[in-house]
Amino acid sequence: MVTSITNFGRSGLYDWMMQRVTAVVLMAYTVFIIGYLLFSSDLTYAQWSALFENTFMRLFTLLAILSMAAHAWIGLWSVSTDYIKPTGIRFVFQSVCGLLAFVYVVWGIQILWGL
Amino acid sequence: MLVSVYRYNPETDDAPYMQDVHIDIPGGKDIMVLDLLQLLKEKDTTMTFRRSCREGVCGSDGMNMNGKNGLACITPLSAVVEKDKLVLRPLPGLPVVRDLVVDMSQFYKQYEKIKPYLMNDTPAPAIERLQSPEDRAELDGLYECILCACCSTACPSFWWNPDKFIGPSGLLQAYRFLADTRDTATEQRLAELDDPFSVFRCHGIMNCVNVCPKGLNPTKAIGKIRNMLIQRAT
Repeated sequence: MVTSITNFGRSGLYDWMMQRVTAVVLMAYTVFIIGYLLFSSDLTYAQWSALFENTFMRLFTLLAILSMAAHAWIGLWSVSTDYIKPTGIRFVFQSVCGLLAFVYVVWGIQILWGL
Repeated sequence: MLVSVYRYNPETDDAPYMQDVHIDIPGGKDIMVLDLLQLLKEKDTTMTFRRSCREGVCGSDGMNMNGKNGLACITPLSAVVEKDKLVLRPLPGLPVVRDLVVDMSQFYKQYEKIKPYLMNDTPAPAIERLQSPEDRAELDGLYECILCACCSTACPSFWWNPDKFIGPSGLLQAYRFLADTRDTATEQRLAELDDPFSVFRCHGIMNCVNVCPKGLNPTKAIGKIRNMLIQRAT
């Protein structure tokens, strides 16, 4: 058993499962948005704004943002443990990734609920 | 034909280099790469490589031939030579001891980790522990591994984390014991593997399957270990 304290969950299986579940959420969101844009060719600001007034859309978007943060963390953590060998630099890189994910989540909530 | 071979003697060379040798194949026959190496050694006796059984059973002469890992003794020139040129390098990712000889310690350490022996805590029967032919068939495609390291040294995940990722060869063997009905340590074995590196560093690129000289499928075995881990945790 290899121990690790910086990965997303506490087990490899948990990370693996999260990566797949979040991928499905992101795919559903992407398909929905692309579909919406395709079927409303003369989109106005009012329509776009109304879409995001909808509580379902806000929650769906929040779910997508949280999924993206988790997905990006697991992926970039893997990449960093592959390619960045000095522990200090790797830890700084991972910290920056974590901070960015946090900022995007908070920023996303701010935009969605117009806080 | 032209053979470009990796040379490095740490006692005399500052750095490894590629040595080009022109060699005539006697009778223009389609000999094995190992036979070619033997011809090279007759020309230059300092040329160093491992070999033993010369029939793909011992797994000693794993090396990189024109970019692809394989056993020199069962690889005919016609299968690897391109434009009358052959580039021979040691297995990638492992420390070179000399010329084509690599230090396999890291590889064996990963093999040791998966406890490659039957563990059974029930009292031993008077005769052997028997298996049904169906249960025995579960081990086909797993037990044939000869530990030549062609697969693990073709795997980028093993290159980057040879100390943490078990590697395709070790994981194939791990599944060989997980699949064995005579082994009772399944829970202990799975618990040992459930971390972000040991199994899950495999991203399924199947380089291992592509190079295995015995035609085995480590990626499939890794998938089965993953399924067992999921079954255990859900």
